[in-house]
Amino acid sequence: MSTPRIFVPNDATAIACGADRVARAFADAFAARGIEAVIVRNGSRGLFWLEPLVEVETPAGRVGYGPVKASDVTGLLDAGFMDGKAHPLCVGVVEELPYLKKQTRLTFARCGIIDPLSLDDYKAHGGYLGLAKAVQIGPAATVEEVFQSGLRGRGGAGFPTGIKWRTVAATAADQKYIVCNADEGDSGTFADRLIMEADPFCLIEGMTIAGLAVGATKGYVYCRSEYPLSLVVMEKAIAIARKAGLLGDNILGSGLAFDMEMRMGAGAYVCGEETALLESLEGKRGVVRAKPPLPAIKGLFQKPTVINNLISLATVPVILEKGGAFYRDFGMGRSRGTMPIQLAGNIKYGGLFETAFGIPLGELVYDIGGGTASGRPVKAVQAGGPLGAYLPISQFDTPFDYEAFAAKDALIGHGGIVVFDDTADMAHMARFAMEFCAHESCGKCTPCRIGSTRGKETLDKIIAGERREANLAILTDLCQTMKLGSLCALGGFTPYPVISALTHFPEDFGAAPRLPAAAE
Amino acid sequence: MHASGYEPWSAERAAQIIADHQHLAGATMPILHAVQEVFGFVPEPVVPMIAESLNLSRAEVHGVVTFYHDFRREPPGRHVIKLCAAEACQSMGSEALAAYAEQKLGLEMGETSADGRVTLEPIYCLGLCACAPSALIDGRLVGRLDRDTIDEIAAEAGR
Repeated sequence: MSTPRIFVPNDATAIACGADRVARAFADAFAARGIEAVIVRNGSRGLFWLEPLVEVETPAGRVGYGPVKASDVTGLLDAGFMDGKAHPLCVGVVEELPYLKKQTRLTFARCGIIDPLSLDDYKAHGGYLGLAKAVQIGPAATVEEVFQSGLRGRGGAGFPTGIKWRTVAATAADQKYIVCNADEGDSGTFADRLIMEADPFCLIEGMTIAGLAVGATKGYVYCRSEYPLSLVVMEKAIAIARKAGLLGDNILGSGLAFDMEMRMGAGAYVCGEETALLESLEGKRGVVRAKPPLPAIKGLFQKPTVINNLISLATVPVILEKGGAFYRDFGMGRSRGTMPIQLAGNIKYGGLFETAFGIPLGELVYDIGGGTASGRPVKAVQAGGPLGAYLPISQFDTPFDYEAFAAKDALIGHGGIVVFDDTADMAHMARFAMEFCAHESCGKCTPCRIGSTRGKETLDKIIAGERREANLAILTDLCQTMKLGSLCALGGFTPYPVISALTHFPEDFGAAPRLPAAAE
Repeated sequence: MHASGYEPWSAERAAQIIADHQHLAGATMPILHAVQEVFGFVPEPVVPMIAESLNLSRAEVHGVVTFYHDFRREPPGRHVIKLCAAEACQSMGSEALAAYAEQKLGLEMGETSADGRVTLEPIYCLGLCACAPSALIDGRLVGRLDRDTIDEIAAEAGR
């Protein structure tokens, strides 16, 4: 019989909840009891309310225990943890948990299962089949496969990835680049982080496929500095891939070259905007560029550049492996494939839920997420990060789909859903949206730079009950100016949380409470 | 991440850091990160050195240093406490915790104590939004933050 294996996630959330201490406690206990076992530091499966989720391999499958504290280790071992025996923390065979079983894991298929830095593990779970296919069918067919999949930018803009790739492929240049946007600044999102920490080779493979497809030989991952562990794991994975010849001058014998490196942001939210990100990569202030020219024509260092969200790039391997048509068959309307939805904030079962587009918002909040962590009634959710709208319960029938959200003056963004209970003050949240925009504005365009500060001041007056009607008119007008006049989504979308809060929760802004009949 | 672990300013050391990273495309940010990792902040004398070696103006480098929230122009406290202030953490009561931390440490957000022991700062999202509220304390991630943890930190910082 082979040496038993246990799994303790090396994931930022798990570590923030004590996973390193748990791993040490297991190592110490194994030494003291003379137990021979391997402690694999896997990534997280994304079931964060259970973290640290420790698993042990048994003939029945991987049995999980969570959330485990270092002080639980002795009791676990006494109860027969190594054989997957019963214990108050035992959740049974992890793969059988409804939270996982209900998901359609395409992009996140390997997360939490494999050792993130084992190339053998990665390949044993379908890794590098996509790249092999891309090499076999050639660049033009690879671009077409991505186009046919219907994949749209997972950063929030939802622009078809295949069109970006086509444009770069068709633009002749002596140098082209692949840039991965891993500046995942939206509160309530952690999908990029999960890929980097749980399945880094998936991103490397996706970027390599992109490079070969459009003729780019160099890639950069722009990762935010708030993700120090992601940077470490990615750096290690890149070194391993390079050593194995999976990055370098002759990828899988294709004669084509591609290599990549990590770059760290420095705490500027606006650098998640693609042109500000490019400026930052060039070593400048992260100031937004006017478009055109599009980055696909003149991007990094003025060269044709594919700049995609991390999740878009990490979805490319499975699209190549299983075919564009396979991916396209999931989803609804023009939202094809799956989306990693991130359930966060005041929610009982917070975590990552990858599923085909079309699932109603309410099902995500109640059936999957279990309602609030506080046990109080849900008041609203903010979908799509700090620039996303607040949706009240009356809109919980909205299907998770780019167009359905847009029709409600909301956005799905990068897939984050932050739940608030009935203690939330929506006027306060609207004010925070303006304050955050003022804090993060790059300063290039006036509506964003000045509008956000004036918006915050005006909201202060409204909250203080000062000339309420007049100031509400000013705020609404200001939001319109920001929405239509800003250069990028920071100033352009900040009105979404403000106006949605005002529309759905006027009583929080000092209006008389609405009668139930008047509610929508 | 303790200031005591940082090196004192040395122009030779700074020149070495610049030389190590100068070959990178768009080297300004990697150099600034490396400088801050060694010295704990971006000392003023390094700005003209970076400008000179990358063929930039001092204003351009100064512009980069001051644009990004991460780059410090003063040394941090020996303990650096960053409390997440973004929406997911707010939904779990981070603002009340931040007020508690301010009172407990006798500091306002963004301040370093006069004795240089502790710096208290907001941070906008650590990606730990499913175990909010969260914090980054001396480089260590903390989820499910509560008053007890803040008390522990305050005790460690001698408050």
